[in-house]
Amino acid sequence: MAKTILAVDDSASIRQMVAFTLKGAGYEVIEAVDGQDALDKANIHKVNLVLTDINMPRMDGLKLLELLRKLAHYKTVPILMLTTESGDEIKAKGRAAGATGWLVKPFDPKRLLEVIGKVIG
Amino acid sequence: MSTDLEQFYEIFFEESSELLADMETCLLRLDVNSPDLEDLNAIFRAAHSIKGGAGTFGFTDMTEMTHMLESLLDKLRKGELEVRSEMIDAFLKAGDVIKAQLAGHRGEGQADPTVAAAVCEELKRLSDETQAPAKELTNPATNAETVQVEAEVAEVEVSTIDDSSKLTYSIEFSGTGMSDATLENLFANLKQLGNLENLTSANVIDLCKLKLTTDKSEEDIWETLAFVVDPATLKIVVDTRNKNEAMAIEPEEKNSISTDAKSIIDEDEFSMTDMPPAPGYGFFPGAPAAPQDIDDAESSLNSPQQQSANNSKNEANATLNKSSSKANTGAAAPVSEASSIRVSIEKVDQMINLVGELVITQAMLAQTASQFDPVVFEKLHSGMNQLERNTRDLQESVMSIRMMPISFVFSRYPRVVRDLASKLNKRVELKTVGENTELDKGLIEKIADPLTHLVRNSLDHGIEVPEKRTAAGKPAQGTITLRAFHQGGSIVIEVSDDGAGLNRGKILSKARERGLPVHDGMTDQEVWLLIFEAGFSTADTVTDVSGRGVGMDVVKRNIQGMGGRIDIESAFGVGTRISIRLPLTLAILDGLSVAVGGQMFIVPLNYIIESLQPTAADIKTVSGHGRVVQVRGEYLPVIALHEIFNLRPNVTEVHEGILVILEAEGHKAALFVDDLVGQHQVVIKSLESNYRRVQGVSGATIMGDGKVALILDTAALVMTSQQEAV
Repeated sequence: MAKTILAVDDSASIRQMVAFTLKGAGYEVIEAVDGQDALDKANIHKVNLVLTDINMPRMDGLKLLELLRKLAHYKTVPILMLTTESGDEIKAKGRAAGATGWLVKPFDPKRLLEVIGKVIG
Repeated sequence: MSTDLEQFYEIFFEESSELLADMETCLLRLDVNSPDLEDLNAIFRAAHSIKGGAGTFGFTDMTEMTHMLESLLDKLRKGELEVRSEMIDAFLKAGDVIKAQLAGHRGEGQADPTVAAAVCEELKRLSDETQAPAKELTNPATNAETVQVEAEVAEVEVSTIDDSSKLTYSIEFSGTGMSDATLENLFANLKQLGNLENLTSANVIDLCKLKLTTDKSEEDIWETLAFVVDPATLKIVVDTRNKNEAMAIEPEEKNSISTDAKSIIDEDEFSMTDMPPAPGYGFFPGAPAAPQDIDDAESSLNSPQQQSANNSKNEANATLNKSSSKANTGAAAPVSEASSIRVSIEKVDQMINLVGELVITQAMLAQTASQFDPVVFEKLHSGMNQLERNTRDLQESVMSIRMMPISFVFSRYPRVVRDLASKLNKRVELKTVGENTELDKGLIEKIADPLTHLVRNSLDHGIEVPEKRTAAGKPAQGTITLRAFHQGGSIVIEVSDDGAGLNRGKILSKARERGLPVHDGMTDQEVWLLIFEAGFSTADTVTDVSGRGVGMDVVKRNIQGMGGRIDIESAFGVGTRISIRLPLTLAILDGLSVAVGGQMFIVPLNYIIESLQPTAADIKTVSGHGRVVQVRGEYLPVIALHEIFNLRPNVTEVHEGILVILEAEGHKAALFVDDLVGQHQVVIKSLESNYRRVQGVSGATIMGDGKVALILDTAALVMTSQQEAV
């Protein structure tokens, strides 16, 4: 069965690009527009991987990470953060919130698939 | 793969335009003295999202600008810098540049790189210049926090950062298409990381070669470069000891991790060390592990993570219940993104067209059905009634798709007013009322320019300088109000100000100077209309804002071109109100149908002043210039419709027919027709796209009986008659 990925980004263009790329590689994709939306959807669909932006309205990616990690299903699910912010501070925060890894924007579809492939093959 | 990205360009453009508009709204709302953190965050987020998208889709000029914007904004929202009004100005300018760049990528015009560079420079200056004093101001709490985070980073991401011995990297990338300023900026950023050597040969700009000795990780270098340099051409190689590629993935023994996580990490480690260094992403050792909050990182970092994992397990159960109940209610809450769809305007127009056809067909059927006996064909008649109702509803709802709230136009004026008021040293507040009033998208686009002109005029000529206002007993701050509302089948947009009002005496004397036919007995309304005359200006001095006398006539022409009307009310010393009345949509027209020689023509209703039957004595023939008719002391040229369209009329003598008095662009003329038929709402069909352009005809429509009627280009007819009369 195809693996399901939850793609969270408030930017429609990035979200659609990510979704398109992942679908093209045979993944199922669920899209969410912010942390709150993602949390709601993550509760309904038990996805195999979460790919989240950090800076979003309503609920940001760090809070989402933190809350997801408190859910039984998401304790061990890989959660990758997509971030335009470079620097160690954000990575430390992500790590503390329970992120599996990070991917710096801008990225191209190839790199995205490469990273995803490493995590859920 | 890169060509696939193009399909997302349009979404990105739309999204960025919206983000820019949001950003501008927030910027204008921002109070410099007590900036709202929410607003600053929203502005930051907008810049951030645009940067992310622009980077992904390869619009490097935009990433550069948004990056500068973002750096300064970040300092503001973290309280490292104080918001100053010159920053807001710089942000607004940057927004304009991004807008221009966006338009450039869309293929609409070209962004000026020198302007972009200047704004970039200014943002950089603002961000750097104030850095020193602000550091002193930074409160100890934030300082401590930063230190804490740094300490933590040092501890957890040991593998790269603890390798404190400096490494030398050789960096190569293509500099094609990059401006000198960009490169310089980039070099400056790299220099901050360590010792930079530029090995680029002067004559080969295509390939930049750098040598950087630094204690920073390869990722840091990558991140510095990634937004500016095409990642595909970027090569970073460690020169000396090849120590760095493992990055942050060595699992730390002190963390006990779940087996699942362990396997992921192991796999990661294996593959990451196996491949050539690919910076830009990485994984955390020990993740996914038990969650811990950054705030209590201090304590939990030292304690075994197992413990906190156990703690949070209980917590997690509680949250799970809470979250799932939230999910149930949350699912019902509409997400704004999902509740609207983007449809191309062509599709909507096609639908409107088809519904137009349907309305015509329905009218034809209704006319045919009316010939059947209502008693015998009762069902047919009730069916026809229902069809008519449904068609009308359908037409209304389809038309409403093209409707957009006028806030799309109004939202640009706070900026216009702000810029202009500061330029003119005036204090002005802009109020908008009825932003949600909807009108046709086509009209929205066309109304923007005339409205801008009126707003600028109000500000420049209407509102007085604060001293003058105070002297006149008015509040120092003037008010300009934009108001929109529906009235009947039209929308009314008003621009009103509490300024000086129009000066009747001054307008009259200026009009006399220009040789316009004026007299003291004219009504105020007539006097005010003089300001729409071409080249008319009462301004004593010409500024670069307005006063050249160009514009008001254009405004009036534009409004009339939309089938609208413009009115002025003014009281000297109290203020002026200009109201624009527009039809709700461009697709339907209120028209008077007139008959000439068995043909039907539609005259747009808003051009008609009156209809009359002249006496033979009123008609005069001017040799070589056709006929004129005297209407209440005024001689108007007579336009015989049958002559223009080469028809054989039922009546040839003017006094036997009917004259429809038309007014367009300040000129009047009398249209000679056989008969008036009735008033209709007609669906406009383009004659140009279905046949070809015909002089004197602006379009066509299909009448209820299935016959085609031409819609007269009234303005053109009146102008032609004027030229002939001269």
